[in-house]
Amino acid sequence: MRALLLVVALLGLLVGPHGPASAEGGVAPALAALSSRHYDDIANGVAALAVSGDPRAAAILGALQGGRLYARADHALFIRGPDGTYVDAATGAPAADPGTLREVRVNNAVRRALDAGLGALRLFAPDAAVRATAADTLFAQPDPAAIPALDRAIASEPDAGVKTRMEQARAAAILQKPDASEADRLAAVATLRARGGLEARGLLEGLSGQPPAVAHAAAAAVSALDFDLRLWNYAQSAWYGLSLGSVLLLAATGLAITFGVMGVINMAHGEMVMLGAYATYVVQVLFRAYVPPGLYGLSIPVAIPVAFVVAGIVGIAIERLMIRFLYGRPLETLLATFGLSLILQQAVRTIFGPTNRDVDTPAWMSGATQIGGLQITFNRLYIILFAVGVLFALMAVLRRTPLGLQMRAVTQNRRMAAAMGIRTPWVDALTFGLGSGVAGMAGVALSQIDNVSPNLGQGYIIDSFMVVVFGGVGNLWGTAVGAVVLGVINKFLEPVAGAVLGKIVVLVLLILFIQRRPRGMFPLKGRAAEA
Amino acid sequence: MSPAPRALAVPLAVPVIVTGTAVLVAALALGGVAPAYIVSLYGKYLCYGILALAVDLVWGFGGILSLGHAAFFALGGYAMGMYLMRQIGPRGVYGDPLLPDFMVFLNWHALPWYWHGFSHFPFALVMVMLVPGLLALVFGYLAFRSRVSGVYLSIITQALTYALLLAFFRNDMGFGGNNGLTDFKDILGFNIESGRTRAALLVATGVVLSLQYVLARAVTRSRFGKVLIAVRDAESRTRFLGYRPESYKLVIWVLSAVMAGIGGALYVPQIGIINPGEFAPTNSIEAVIWVAVGGRGTLAGPILGAVLVNFAKTLLTGTLPEAWLYALGFLFVFVTLVMPKGLMGLVRMRRRDDVPGAAAAASAAKEATG
Amino acid sequence: MSAEPEGAIGAVADTLLYLDGVSVSFDGFRALNSLSLVLAPGEMRAVIGPNGAGKTTMMDVITGKTRPDTGRVVFRADTDLTKLDEPAIAQLGIGRKFQKPTVFEPHTVWDNLLLALAGDRRPGFTLRARETAEERARIESILRTIRLSDHRARRGGDLSHGQKQWLEIGMLLAQEPELLLVDEPVAGMTDAETEQTAELLREINRTRSVVVVEHDMAFVRALGVKVTVLHEGSVLSEGTIDHVSEDPRVIEVYLGR
Repeated sequence: MRALLLVVALLGLLVGPHGPASAEGGVAPALAALSSRHYDDIANGVAALAVSGDPRAAAILGALQGGRLYARADHALFIRGPDGTYVDAATGAPAADPGTLREVRVNNAVRRALDAGLGALRLFAPDAAVRATAADTLFAQPDPAAIPALDRAIASEPDAGVKTRMEQARAAAILQKPDASEADRLAAVATLRARGGLEARGLLEGLSGQPPAVAHAAAAAVSALDFDLRLWNYAQSAWYGLSLGSVLLLAATGLAITFGVMGVINMAHGEMVMLGAYATYVVQVLFRAYVPPGLYGLSIPVAIPVAFVVAGIVGIAIERLMIRFLYGRPLETLLATFGLSLILQQAVRTIFGPTNRDVDTPAWMSGATQIGGLQITFNRLYIILFAVGVLFALMAVLRRTPLGLQMRAVTQNRRMAAAMGIRTPWVDALTFGLGSGVAGMAGVALSQIDNVSPNLGQGYIIDSFMVVVFGGVGNLWGTAVGAVVLGVINKFLEPVAGAVLGKIVVLVLLILFIQRRPRGMFPLKGRAAEA
Repeated sequence: MSPAPRALAVPLAVPVIVTGTAVLVAALALGGVAPAYIVSLYGKYLCYGILALAVDLVWGFGGILSLGHAAFFALGGYAMGMYLMRQIGPRGVYGDPLLPDFMVFLNWHALPWYWHGFSHFPFALVMVMLVPGLLALVFGYLAFRSRVSGVYLSIITQALTYALLLAFFRNDMGFGGNNGLTDFKDILGFNIESGRTRAALLVATGVVLSLQYVLARAVTRSRFGKVLIAVRDAESRTRFLGYRPESYKLVIWVLSAVMAGIGGALYVPQIGIINPGEFAPTNSIEAVIWVAVGGRGTLAGPILGAVLVNFAKTLLTGTLPEAWLYALGFLFVFVTLVMPKGLMGLVRMRRRDDVPGAAAAASAAKEATG
Repeated sequence: MSAEPEGAIGAVADTLLYLDGVSVSFDGFRALNSLSLVLAPGEMRAVIGPNGAGKTTMMDVITGKTRPDTGRVVFRADTDLTKLDEPAIAQLGIGRKFQKPTVFEPHTVWDNLLLALAGDRRPGFTLRARETAEERARIESILRTIRLSDHRARRGGDLSHGQKQWLEIGMLLAQEPELLLVDEPVAGMTDAETEQTAELLREINRTRSVVVVEHDMAFVRALGVKVTVLHEGSVLSEGTIDHVSEDPRVIEVYLGR
């Protein structure tokens, strides 16, 4: 049967990829095989049809897969449409009364052949993305039978990227082909080595019965790939670490202001983050109710200022009603704000319920891309960019605006600032509002990657304090470095020590670090630091 | 004037009330006048009173706001829990003569080395004090030596208990993971479920709390206690007088941890379970609010605060579970904003006492800013 | 210190305190710039200088609060203070009174003095310590010296500003130091109190060495001792009050250019 298959394939090759004239004669044996009662014949027919290049092939194989292909006693094939009418499988012409038909049955072997065959068919699809996927599928399940189809597809492929993938699929198939020459095999090994990745490594390692030179080349390629994979793994860990770091940074930047600049320890900071996440939820609910669906992607950009304002206003209220009575008493502030965090959590639980709320990721933020062995999801990428943007915006506010100037003045010398006519209570309230508002924006980002629940903030509060303490109090650059370093260390420890133990190790390391450098990585020096 | 005789005179009011109420509750329950459950309920309050007293020693007198003291309480509890587990013997569900049920369930074949010895009560008793004490010693030595203080210290104490929480959740730690240690059968040969054993445990808790109160009073009124208060209010000044604040803090820190550990050890047989939830940072912070409500820098205040707040918690969680967290939250805000000296502060306004601690408690944190 | 030949230490043998080329900088700002100062046993020295001249930093270096970047601080010719921390230096016999009086507010005047009394400072001792008759006598005597005998039972926090200053001087005396560092002792005092304080310091100086940092020129004149003028972290002029007040460099610094 393989011989038949080859003949068919060669015919196809000789005649050219898209020669419909040739199809009639070329596919007849395949169609005949399909009408057989023997599963072996059917499977072979499927394979032959798949590589035939016949324009009807996709329809026929699809019908077979869907259980809509029927055979007549004279081996003619018919496809039953969804409305119960039949068309002639070979020509596509409607068949008014096909007569007595029986369904062409499939077993597992036929199903496998169908999958492979439909895959090969997609090599010729008009859409380049579909062709690329087809090539990848063939790569994952290499089949020497597909080599002719691949050859034809490669010859006619206009897209260089897709072509490369097809060549890789072909190389994988060559290595499985019993009668391939040693030179071809070595070339195939080189192609797989060049491709890289876990799948290529698996294929190379799984090779058996190869000539010694090829086996040797394959082993060398595997170890080379292992090295590559390890590098990519590190890169991936670094990426995850960067992503975690950006989340920590977002949660900690607001804290860097309230704790770092004002010296106010706000245990309800995590709840400001939580409020931001719920603001996102409410914005999305309103979008669904009142805004055309086409604009739904804007819900996140709209939620950012909303969350900032909501959390900021709550922050100002907290400062005016509570914290201003506690300046200079950090431990009391800690207790009062802890109480506040309990109230806020319970309030949100009462209003929105204790269960998680669904916040969607808009289409433009979802998806992922692959860079070599590195998987990069877009929402994480956007969060990193957002964190960097927030950091720089905050620095600009602190350095360039009148509010920033007054904030710094009040921090450095409250009485002198008051004497200069700065309304220090007003500055205090706005500073606290700014820090809380930034926390609210962090909540928007977190809503994209974490569960939006009343406990959302709790998971980040200790980590955020750690970041601020680690980076050095009152230093935004330190906060950024601290966040990234903690994030990366966390993610590098995870595979070695496991997620929980990794966290413990980080905590212990951090405790030891604070022992050594109680004022963080970038301490402020001089008398001011000792005040 | 000379304070020496006063330090010797132990006022009996607090020990009498604590032990007396414990005996009374036990007797009422044994006599069938009161429901049986109030025995372990009151026992729990008194154990929390022990924890509150320990927190107050470091916070009210040493200026160290620990947000991780429940860790020492829980460690003492685990040490006692390990003893109780070993007492189960072959009566577990799996009937293994040596291994506790959860180890059989995890397919372990031998007792981990750190479980050895816990079948002996005196050994467990030593561990109840030694484990929290050693942890406090190492942690405190590192922290105080490098002059970590104020909110920084508070945060790393919270990180400490958080790390322990995560660690004890792990099954391979060998402490029962998520479920902790439970299904205890007996203690010192007495059935742990029986009313008499429970009554005895309650009275024992009352006596231990009274003894700890007497000890705490002696320590805080000694010259050591005076130095400690001086360290709390003006740490750098004590340094220029030639004192080493770090060693004073370390002594009170370790003492407090040991006291908390004993509290945990009494807690476990009365509650019947110890699990990693006891390490939750919230528990430590709740202990701080008991102290604040009662009045920090006093010794009777924390005990009063622990009993009252937990009584309120029992009432509210029974009737209006939602309301309890609101109430607790408002309690934090109210006490710090309006009543910084706590209930004892209200008492003191009528009867001005001469205890140095309470008077300046409000300014205690000033220097601790760091 | 080990790099110095034995002879160098011998050369400073008759000094109590010897600062040699001490420099301290904070973030590029030089608080002390190669400062050198010699104090003889039993001497009282007044240190004056404009704001930022380095007076307080000098005290910080001597008492171990700040470690110098370079230079040596030698006490009693044999001890390098830069190697020790605050409690160790205090126990060696160097007492310090801060500019802003810091007494232990919740404690009584009596207890403040009790805690300052020379003796074992370790927790193991203070846990068991009982007041001895000797200690009581010492406290009584200091109370008389600082004129607070009638206030012994009052809380430190309830005293007036001047009384706190005196209590703090009393605490210094209770430490029985060999050397007292006194930072602006008369700031905020009335004229009468200032006069009494000068008298008190002279009395103390009969048995101990004293370094007084002060702004008040009248007070320094009343003390009648050798004066060191600091400027920008080093010694500008040294001598009697009349000598330094006629020094043109001092006049320039104080009166501006």
